[in-house]
Amino acid sequence: MKPAPFEYCRPETLDEAVGLLAEFGDEALVMAGGLSLGALLNMRMVRPEAVIDINSLSVLDAIEMVGDEVRTGALARQADALASPICGVALPLLIAGLGHVGHYQTRSRGTLCGSVAHADPSAETALCLATLGGDVELTSTRGVRRMPVGEFILGALATAREGDEMVTALYWPGAIPGMRVAFEEISERHGDFAIVAAAAWAAPLESGWRYGFGLGGVEDKPLALRGDIVPVVESTEQAVGEVFDAIALNLSPMSDQRASADYRRHLAEHLGKQVLQSVFEGVAT
Amino acid sequence: MKRVKPGERVRVSCKVNGKAQSGFTESRTLLADFLRHELHLYGTHVGCEHSVCGACTVVLDGRLARSCSMLAVQVEGAEITTVEGLAADERLDSLRDAFSRHGALQCGFCTPGILASVSHFLSASQNPSEEAVRDMLSGHICRCTGYEGMIRAVMEFASGRREGASE
Repeated sequence: MKPAPFEYCRPETLDEAVGLLAEFGDEALVMAGGLSLGALLNMRMVRPEAVIDINSLSVLDAIEMVGDEVRTGALARQADALASPICGVALPLLIAGLGHVGHYQTRSRGTLCGSVAHADPSAETALCLATLGGDVELTSTRGVRRMPVGEFILGALATAREGDEMVTALYWPGAIPGMRVAFEEISERHGDFAIVAAAAWAAPLESGWRYGFGLGGVEDKPLALRGDIVPVVESTEQAVGEVFDAIALNLSPMSDQRASADYRRHLAEHLGKQVLQSVFEGVAT
Repeated sequence: MKRVKPGERVRVSCKVNGKAQSGFTESRTLLADFLRHELHLYGTHVGCEHSVCGACTVVLDGRLARSCSMLAVQVEGAEITTVEGLAADERLDSLRDAFSRHGALQCGFCTPGILASVSHFLSASQNPSEEAVRDMLSGHICRCTGYEGMIRAVMEFASGRREGASE
């Protein structure tokens, strides 16, 4: 289990990094924390011509408020987000989800952008971003573009990133007043890949509630739904059923060595309704 | 910008356990293999080679790193602490003693990585809860002990350190 030969490149500037991507295109892979890419290289599931190590681009580690959004750069580590006062105030859902991401040891190097760019169907970071309705920033020598994470992730380990582009930031909508969040998951061992993860948030409006609801690990990419709902006499149960059914009616869960489709469907309902119940009860009281 | 061609051997210089070290490596050489086979620091163990088991954990520039998922060429100029460096740290004597008394290790294969994690964790958390200790140790796979001895040893060391500080 050792990587096949490749060219190692360590750019010192973003211009150099995207220049390398323009040179190698699909034949290069970007390494940030390396927790996912390192494993893929070791198992030779990927054999790139070049590995572009962006760890010298320290300008990319920023976590900052930009208007109402939080912008996390390509080198913002999971541990940095957990320790960040900005994330603590503005991104309670991400903080709740990150507790399930890997372990103390892997969060110290693993990055938020790397996880989203890797697009594992069970990844918590992408699920939180999708549930909040956030965007992915892509940079190439041709320019910078932003797209919703729901359009960026196409399926398991597949994204809309062009070969010459690099994920340079995530944009997270900041918390709104009165917002409640909940995150639950089932995995074989705490910190392992989720078999099913569920995320939800809700906030009171003048009339009714605004909500977001997402499921990870069920299909080949995160499923998310956002909207407004006016509950009948503040009945959380009716709202939970309505929102859950809107996602679940067309659910086609994956089946693999860890869990059958039926078990995933069962967990999706159990955890999905649990997180929705939690946030709707929170805003109803 | 540094570029290392496939198959090219380059010199990498870094500081390991406070001592300047240097050795030759290819672009694809893992940090764990560089530490063991080039620098002859065999204390860092290699288990799963995909970031899961934790045996290869080291402290790199103040952060924990799985040395099986990093490349040796990445550590140019870096400061690394391995279990050999922790062995020279007298402040950890009572931790080693607690590991021994509580049966926190048996075969010892996972222990170097666990000691790296524990030393980093206790430098960041002065007064950890048992839950936080369990969460931290969950990043390591130990097939001998069942973890309970490790948890007792870490908790005892942390509370002893508190008492020592208040004396």
